[in-house]
Amino acid sequence: MSIFLNKDSRVIVQGMTGSEGTKHTTRMLASGTNIVGGVNPRKAGQSVDFDGKDVPVFGTVADAVKETGANVSVIFVPPKFTKDAVLEAIEAAVPLVVVITEGVPVHDTAAFFAAAQASGTTRVIGPNCPGIITPGESNAGIIPADIAGQGRIGLVSKSGTLTYQMMYELRDFGFSTAIGIGGDPIIGTTHIDALQAFQEDPDTDAIVMIGEIGGDAEERAAAFIKENVTKPVVGYVAGFTAPEGKTMGHAGAIVSGSSGTAAAKQEALEAVGVKVGKTPTETANLMREIMQGLSK
Amino acid sequence: MEYQAKMVFAKHGVRTTVGEVVTTPEQARAAAEKIGGRVVVKAQVKTGGRGKAGGVKLASSPDEAEEQAREILGLDIKGHIVKTLNIVPAAAIAEEYYFSFLIDRANRDYLCIASAAGGMEIEEVAHTNPEAVAKISIDPATGVDEAKGREIAEQAGYPADVLDAAAVEIAKLYQVFIAEDASLVEVNPLVKLADGNVEALDGKVTLDENADFRHPEHAEFEDASAEDPLEAAAKAKGLNYVKLDGSVGIIGNGAGLVMSTLDVVAYAGEEFGGQKPANFLDIGGGASAEVMANGLEIIISDAQVESVFVNVFGGITACDAVANGIVQAFELLASRDEHVDKPMVVRLDGNNAEEGRRILDEANLPGLERVDTMDGAAKRAAELAAK
Repeated sequence: MSIFLNKDSRVIVQGMTGSEGTKHTTRMLASGTNIVGGVNPRKAGQSVDFDGKDVPVFGTVADAVKETGANVSVIFVPPKFTKDAVLEAIEAAVPLVVVITEGVPVHDTAAFFAAAQASGTTRVIGPNCPGIITPGESNAGIIPADIAGQGRIGLVSKSGTLTYQMMYELRDFGFSTAIGIGGDPIIGTTHIDALQAFQEDPDTDAIVMIGEIGGDAEERAAAFIKENVTKPVVGYVAGFTAPEGKTMGHAGAIVSGSSGTAAAKQEALEAVGVKVGKTPTETANLMREIMQGLSK
Repeated sequence: MEYQAKMVFAKHGVRTTVGEVVTTPEQARAAAEKIGGRVVVKAQVKTGGRGKAGGVKLASSPDEAEEQAREILGLDIKGHIVKTLNIVPAAAIAEEYYFSFLIDRANRDYLCIASAAGGMEIEEVAHTNPEAVAKISIDPATGVDEAKGREIAEQAGYPADVLDAAAVEIAKLYQVFIAEDASLVEVNPLVKLADGNVEALDGKVTLDENADFRHPEHAEFEDASAEDPLEAAAKAKGLNYVKLDGSVGIIGNGAGLVMSTLDVVAYAGEEFGGQKPANFLDIGGGASAEVMANGLEIIISDAQVESVFVNVFGGITACDAVANGIVQAFELLASRDEHVDKPMVVRLDGNNAEEGRRILDEANLPGLERVDTMDGAAKRAAELAAK
């Protein structure tokens, strides 16, 4: 078991024929993902050879879904076209849409998130995220599959490289699912969504939650943990040294006045019993202790 | 800045007075003469609290306007030096309100904050008198037209006689929010004039940089002069760099990992007399020799930097490529007649780390040390900075 993504996931790639799309489709296939098609209106009817596997290209998401039964779409199209690509996937009732693209205007994200909510069928992950991996089963996005294998830790993170770092630190335990939710001001799937799913997942024993400055998602996650999560959670928050009013790489990573600080997030998490590490390694060690305790 | 916000408002038909924009006391006098009557001389800086800092003054004659301008120009308002002034006719204000549209990160839609208590910092009003502040969720799918605008004005507690006029302005402000790809449109105060009209007296607009591709005209709002020179140089090279006040120069890949690196360095630095990170620099994926060289160039030109910490986790990027990038960056810098004359600590881990480390060891670059854990490398970099 896992959350959101598993061995039965049938994945299409919007923007598969672009350079990033091609590179990462190759990697996803190599890690065992069942990629059933790509979408590009100008190349409909063709197919692309990925190291011996032929992947058909469809003109629209709706065609791809009809022909292949796809239930996940991974989006690599440039920011200019991302909104339309996501809306097309929502229209085609794709249950999971993973938006890797960085640099999507926030009004575009607001528009497609509202459409996803209204559809009642589509979950969006991202934008500006590394995607989601259920090791050994499926990989929808750009998380390197060889960092860590299957295990019983659930990981949810705003940051891509910290996701990789944490998976690497805990590779001896492995992961049920690792999900990068992205660092934009509006994101389709939040810490809370992932925490809830991990709490309900029988194959997840403990959860690592990585946050960063900006907004109050971590504070709200803390409140959610208090009421709803019984599995052990350890946390890490990046950005203690970030100055006020400066965007730190991610569009959403900004301390405004006294709100969105790392200290406030750490405090909120610790107040509900979440152990928060001072460094990624210390955080991994906290999780290691928990996992060793659980296996006794 | 205020006058820019008002220009954007005017573009979308919002009632406002842009006035004159000047940079010298003499120009301020000329502007006051042109406008006639009493004028307000307003400092143009990207921060709030200008009035309290003495940056907004009333002048009843051109002479006085010149004098006020001389006093205000060059003022330091919360770290912003006043270089530009906005001269506007003194308006006969009957009442002041607060109004804004912004991105609601929590609800993942838009939020309108409005209050009949205007002219003050809205955070303060929300704190002392929360009932006076209306927070209204806006569905991006339906937006705000005049009818919705009127509803908002009512909920905000604006008086009955301005509801219709306010509704018109609110609908237009929503157009500013959407059409300009703004993440914040704030009018403080929105005023009722003595003649009953409703006008945006002062405003602030924050634009979404991600949408620059559809707004080439937004480039003119960038204030290169206000930027830190190192940040400006980094931006010109396409680097994601933020200058901080510290001694350990940082290069890393991925925004989250770099933010984390800064924290870990500051944490380790406590042991060494409070060494702190000197900057944020995310070189992203790829880590080519050129990007690495450009990044190093910026960091070694920072006079505060005493040591450099390169922290790379090879996820998609392979560490051998990063190691080659570092080696070639040293060569590239040498060819530009520059040298890395500060001690450097490199931590490579993840994809092809072994090979990357071997390349660095073989290259035997002057002043470069390899430490293979993030915490250990941060500690060493802080220690070297303290020497």
